[in-house]
Amino acid sequence: MFVRLVYESFRRQKRRKALAGVAIVLGVGVATAMIAVATDVGDKMSRELRTYGANLLVTPQEDSLDLQIGGVDLKPPSDGAYLNEADLPKIRGTFWHHNIVGFSPMLPVNVDVDGKKLTLVGTYFSKKLTFGKEDFATGVRITHPWWKVRGAWPEDESEDVLVGESLAGKLGIKPGDEIQIGQENVSGDASAEKGSEPNARFVGATNAPIRAARPDPSLAKRGRLGMTTQPHRVAGILSTGSAEDGEIVGPLGVAQQILEKPGAVRRLYVSAMTKPEDALARRDPKTMNSELFDRWYCSPYVQSIAYQLQEAIPHSHAEQIRQVAQTEGTVLSRIQGLMLLITFAALLASALAVSAAMATAIFERRGEVGLMKALGAGNAAIAGLFFVEAALLALIGGLIGFGAGAVLARQIGRSIFDSQIAIDPVLLPVVLALAVIVTFAGSALAIRRAVKFDPVYALRGEA
Amino acid sequence: MSTVAERRGSGKQTSIFLRMLLRAAVLRRGRAASALLAMIVAAAAATAMLNLYVDVQAKLRKEFRNYGANVVVVGRDGTELPADALNKVEAVISGRGLAVPFAYVVARTAEGQSVVVAGTDFDKVRKLDSWWSVSNWPQGPEDALVGTRAAGVVSAQGKRFDLSFQGRTIHLNPAGALSTGAAEDSRVYISLPEFENWTGIQPSTIEIAASGSADEVNAAIARLVEVLPEAEVRPVRQIMEGEARVLGKTKATLLASASLIILTAALCVLSTLMGWVLDRRRDFAIMKALGASERLISSFFAAEAGVLGATGAVVGFVIGIGAAAWIGRVNFHAPVVPRFNVLPWILLGSVAVALISAVLPMSLLRRVQPAVILRGE
Repeated sequence: MFVRLVYESFRRQKRRKALAGVAIVLGVGVATAMIAVATDVGDKMSRELRTYGANLLVTPQEDSLDLQIGGVDLKPPSDGAYLNEADLPKIRGTFWHHNIVGFSPMLPVNVDVDGKKLTLVGTYFSKKLTFGKEDFATGVRITHPWWKVRGAWPEDESEDVLVGESLAGKLGIKPGDEIQIGQENVSGDASAEKGSEPNARFVGATNAPIRAARPDPSLAKRGRLGMTTQPHRVAGILSTGSAEDGEIVGPLGVAQQILEKPGAVRRLYVSAMTKPEDALARRDPKTMNSELFDRWYCSPYVQSIAYQLQEAIPHSHAEQIRQVAQTEGTVLSRIQGLMLLITFAALLASALAVSAAMATAIFERRGEVGLMKALGAGNAAIAGLFFVEAALLALIGGLIGFGAGAVLARQIGRSIFDSQIAIDPVLLPVVLALAVIVTFAGSALAIRRAVKFDPVYALRGEA
Repeated sequence: MSTVAERRGSGKQTSIFLRMLLRAAVLRRGRAASALLAMIVAAAAATAMLNLYVDVQAKLRKEFRNYGANVVVVGRDGTELPADALNKVEAVISGRGLAVPFAYVVARTAEGQSVVVAGTDFDKVRKLDSWWSVSNWPQGPEDALVGTRAAGVVSAQGKRFDLSFQGRTIHLNPAGALSTGAAEDSRVYISLPEFENWTGIQPSTIEIAASGSADEVNAAIARLVEVLPEAEVRPVRQIMEGEARVLGKTKATLLASASLIILTAALCVLSTLMGWVLDRRRDFAIMKALGASERLISSFFAAEAGVLGATGAVVGFVIGIGAAAWIGRVNFHAPVVPRFNVLPWILLGSVAVALISAVLPMSLLRRVQPAVILRGE
């Protein structure tokens, strides 16, 4: 009898049920989409924040002190230690390799172009590497997205180079030209007096030799061997808005060849998606017990990724670039917080919409309630009937709404972030439960009032 | 005379009209209240979202300034900047940003090692480069901020140390340790007056965090180029492009969410108000049976909806501004400034939605005979 009542109610009042159902579908759809967007926005924004470039810097453990002013490296190329290029693909073997968007090795060397002393930075542009069975490409085009090239990017295997914008203006170079790049013509003692040009301007013209210019056996040897110049095609003009504008940038192999150190890398920039730092992230891993350490190790904190990079690359020291890493955390937590609050607002609005629709639907049926009561139905039976109907509506509407919300979230993801927003299936029971609760809450008041009516008035239509 | 009678007649009509409106609201308090509540919630949600949407850009821009300088002024080819450069820069940005001078030399330690020493204004650096992790900011004249990597070279045990430049020596006290993960770690920072006394070298770099939109920053850059022809002024593309991109995405996400919420709220109003009007089909039938014209009834229901919409909009606007301010305080630690120019739009939208939800059921009811409705069918 009860089942038949419910069935008939759905069969006969298709329009009314459809109206309430549409409200539930809409409410649940909007709620699902908002929850999905809010939970995923951190991940998506994290990816967008990678536009700021690398947030981790890997240097050789035994490196000597940097002498860098305004992005210009004053350290002589022979000084200090190097990382081994062959170790780089191992980064793909670390625990958080999916979070590592890209990496670029850098190897600055001093070169001689038409008697001018310049810096050539060797790097990857979009180098194809293999780790295990996996092929991937990485380089400055990923880690330094603000680098713009007029002309073409050189091939990583070629001998072509990029010339910085301001340098190109000074030398009158256009894309497609050829320049002669030679090893810097240092012959031991001569360099000790002159110093290299960038050094001279910060140290003062009559400065005593700094450590940078100490006679170095390897330099002296190279000097005696004489200078070899090689023609390089200029593939494009590079504009970065920083020190590289006055430098030459070429494939890593070219820089290693000039330095005569195959496989050498001075430093490595790593761009990784990270989780905003919290109290656990800041703790020293040495003081943790094994359980805590596992939790720390398996969270994508910038600190734990640095730790893993150090593990992957022998004799290295990985450090977060605080300007990028720390600020990213603040900006990310603000955006996430904003989305969270807005999602609450959306949930509230959709809950109200659903409750209002349910209340209206039940209020319209007080004649029916009067009839049932006149025929001897108890209050509990009537309330039960309405609640079962509401639950059925909520479940059906919730299911359709969940699907619609998933499609909506996907559309938002595609149009704003150019990537999918995945819906966690765990969300389905949560959303369904929410839909049922909200529908019940919306119906409860209306049902209570409907049951309280005197059947006579209700039937006469005077309620 | 006729004018008086007309006036009295019309006066009576309006007063009846007003009384009908009032009685409708008073007699069906519950239904009217729920319709009004829906209206208020919708208007509040719309107000809060619009306010946030407008203000969030400014709020986020402030967060983005945590990335530090977005404009750098350097002397051409690394030369010193003219002595009045900092004053000129500060005149151009005139309080809408921060300008910090830096001067650099390569000095030698007592053991003959080279280290980069920088002179700067600590108070300003502290604001500009908020990511610097500093154990203790220097206070006294001989206090130095020593980068974590430089510390091993200049003073491994944290003792006082000497640095020399062109034969002149300075005694420094390692007051604090600096860690940034970048080139700063290998430097020693001292206060600018101290630096100038020691080396006689003026700042070669001014880092500027210019606040405002991309257009405002570009205008500031153009003015800087004008007043400092002898220097090189360049935007920090890394910072500016990243900011533009992230801001654009956030705005788009916010717009999508705002549209969804406003749409849901409007639908909520629509369904509640339609229910309310349909519920009163007996009033409608009685009026019609008593000889009221269709136009009068329509205008009655429209006026009712309009009043409801307007009241809901005003109350909702106030609540919405409060909600936006609260979100601003919780999330950005600064209240969202209320935008009163949003009010006309909220008012317009609310009244429009209310009218639509009154007119739709009206057109349904118009086709029905009053007798049928009164009989309760």
